[in-house]
Amino acid sequence: MDFRDTAAEAAFRAKLRDWYRQNFDPSAIPGAGRPDVDFMRSWSHKLFDAGYVGLTWPEEYGGAGLSPSYQAIYFEEMVRAQAPEHIGIIGLNMAGPTIMAWGTPEQKQRYLPKLLSGEEIWCQGFSEPGSGSDLAGARTTAVLDGDHWVVNGQKVWSSWAHIADWCILVVRTDPAAKKHEGLSYLLVDMHAPGVEVRPLRQITGDPEFNEIFFTDVRVPKDSILGKPGDGWKVAMTTLLHERGTLAFALVGQLRQHFTRLVELSRQPAPDGSVPADDPVVRDAIAREWIELQSLAFTNYRTLTTLLTKGQPGPESSVVKLVWSEANQRLTKLARGLQGLSTMLDDEGGVWDGYWQYRQLRSRGNTIEAGTSEILRNIVAERVLGLPRSR
Amino acid sequence: MDFAFSSEQDMLRTAAREFLAEQHPLTGLPAIIDGEPGWRPDSWKQLADLGWTDDELTLLDQVVLFEETGAALLPAPLFSTIALALPAIRHDKDLVASVASGELKLSLAWAESGRPQGIADTGLATTVDADGRVTGRKVLVPDATFADALVVTVAGPELRLVRTADATVTPLSTSDRSRRLSEVEFDAAPSQALGDGSVLGEIENRAFVLAAAEALGVGRRALEDGIAHASTREQFGRVIGTYQAVSHQLVDAYADLELARSLTYWAAWALAEGDEQADVAVAAAKTAATEAAVTACERSIQVHGGVGMTWEHILHRLYKRAQWLEAFGASGRALRAKIADSVIG
Repeated sequence: MDFRDTAAEAAFRAKLRDWYRQNFDPSAIPGAGRPDVDFMRSWSHKLFDAGYVGLTWPEEYGGAGLSPSYQAIYFEEMVRAQAPEHIGIIGLNMAGPTIMAWGTPEQKQRYLPKLLSGEEIWCQGFSEPGSGSDLAGARTTAVLDGDHWVVNGQKVWSSWAHIADWCILVVRTDPAAKKHEGLSYLLVDMHAPGVEVRPLRQITGDPEFNEIFFTDVRVPKDSILGKPGDGWKVAMTTLLHERGTLAFALVGQLRQHFTRLVELSRQPAPDGSVPADDPVVRDAIAREWIELQSLAFTNYRTLTTLLTKGQPGPESSVVKLVWSEANQRLTKLARGLQGLSTMLDDEGGVWDGYWQYRQLRSRGNTIEAGTSEILRNIVAERVLGLPRSR
Repeated sequence: MDFAFSSEQDMLRTAAREFLAEQHPLTGLPAIIDGEPGWRPDSWKQLADLGWTDDELTLLDQVVLFEETGAALLPAPLFSTIALALPAIRHDKDLVASVASGELKLSLAWAESGRPQGIADTGLATTVDADGRVTGRKVLVPDATFADALVVTVAGPELRLVRTADATVTPLSTSDRSRRLSEVEFDAAPSQALGDGSVLGEIENRAFVLAAAEALGVGRRALEDGIAHASTREQFGRVIGTYQAVSHQLVDAYADLELARSLTYWAAWALAEGDEQADVAVAAAKTAATEAAVTACERSIQVHGGVGMTWEHILHRLYKRAQWLEAFGASGRALRAKIADSVIG
């Protein structure tokens, strides 16, 4: 057991820290912490040019071929520099790993380099109005017509679909087969005729996620991952990565929020009091620090198991669950320090509405990427070995 | 970044688990701890022969070991000898050898009535005179009835070693029968000098890490019982573990324990390495692990229903140990105040 960097890791960290110092100024981020698409795009290109995107990806696909510990260091330094993430979160964490696992050599060459560079942005077409947690109930159809699949249906809650170039899409290709066996996994051009994206306004006011309507959209027959009918298995690869590699990014974001919470607590509140002088506030902040550290070190445990045994240990299954609730508590705590001023929007509010946005956005954390109810069912059945609940 | 245990540590864990399951099964525990003397003195030599009282064990080795002895609620003065007293005698090779061989069992007498009762708190009323005679009254001394000698904190601060035979030990009725507390009266008791109080901070930190390790074992055991019950008990024609209102409570207990486990390993490493975050890591581990253990026991009692409330069931024994560990040394509130001082300033 040793939590220090190896010599190579320390050198990588020092170089990265220096790079951030030279290339990033946190005060240059527009919009009080709301994602700004243009800024994130140009920032992502910069990261890619410097070689910091796809650190763990094989070199043949444009990655750096490094061990996951370097990805962890990357997130730690990103947080330290208060820098934003790469814009292609869904591409890097979900579409990319799935294409690597299931794609043909041609598919890998076609999609992966542009995904890494941020040139092409991906979105996810899994949930539907009638099937959210119950992914296998998907009703969007794809019917083979000559050399093309013809897609009809509706997807929902697709983050970044309004700026995406490609979509990983779960469709029903065999209505006669059993629920889990009639699905296929397509790669769909978002610019194709018949694809319509309607932004949904979230409770934050931002149109971060979308509805996608598919009307007779023609998708080349070979734009499929795996064989027809493999859709469920391929989708599981995607979800595994959604809940695995993202853990470091999630905890990194929580650490950023924590650092800013401490900063906020030291400043006079709108009523002139200093929250950091209040023992009750101090106790609550200490609780959040404990939770943050426990998540960070659980990630390190997972990383060690991943490096030594090839797959993460069972403890990794609770990180997203606990993180989501911690992020909600922490952002609520921050807003609670602001009195009624917490209700003032954007420029009128404390920190230009930073905490209001972060807190409202955090309500989605226990819903997106597996609801907390579904995640608890998964841990109960697969980790604790309890009987299936359905 | 390497979070792995060595193969020796993995072997220690397995060996301890097997030995305890065979020699100290929980099923046999109530008969021992509800009677007198409250443990099996003949078992101590076995523990020493296994190397468990050896000063060669690293803190991380001890974390591995104490999770297992915690899960077994092992009624022996191992925590008091190793976690509370050993650092105070470490400079004396003869005493260390006596502990290692099993001839000397120890505890620490630190708390006094009406004064701050942290291990490192000073301003003590107990005194030692020029002839080395200790006079005063200590309260809440763990396992004093099992120990051959006590490390006693006296004004100065200074540490003295007093044979229990030279003091008056009055056992107190203690909720956790497997780790009893006593009052100890010293009336000009002869003593041996052990040095000044500078080691008390180290004792406190080590004891907190090992209390956290025990708590992980206690909580794990309570959770396993809860899972076993929920997997077999049927109501309304279904195993109750299929009801999410039941299973999700157990998932939350598991999550709390695993997160606390990460903190405990981090704290042990940080303390052993003299890392700058050692103090806050230890504080976090102690409060998180003991709270997780208490909550795991409470959830397990809830999942068991009425049977979880009965004296015959083992759960209340685990619960009371978890409560002991949570109350020991410093409250969660005090530990969080310490953390707040560090992270907020």
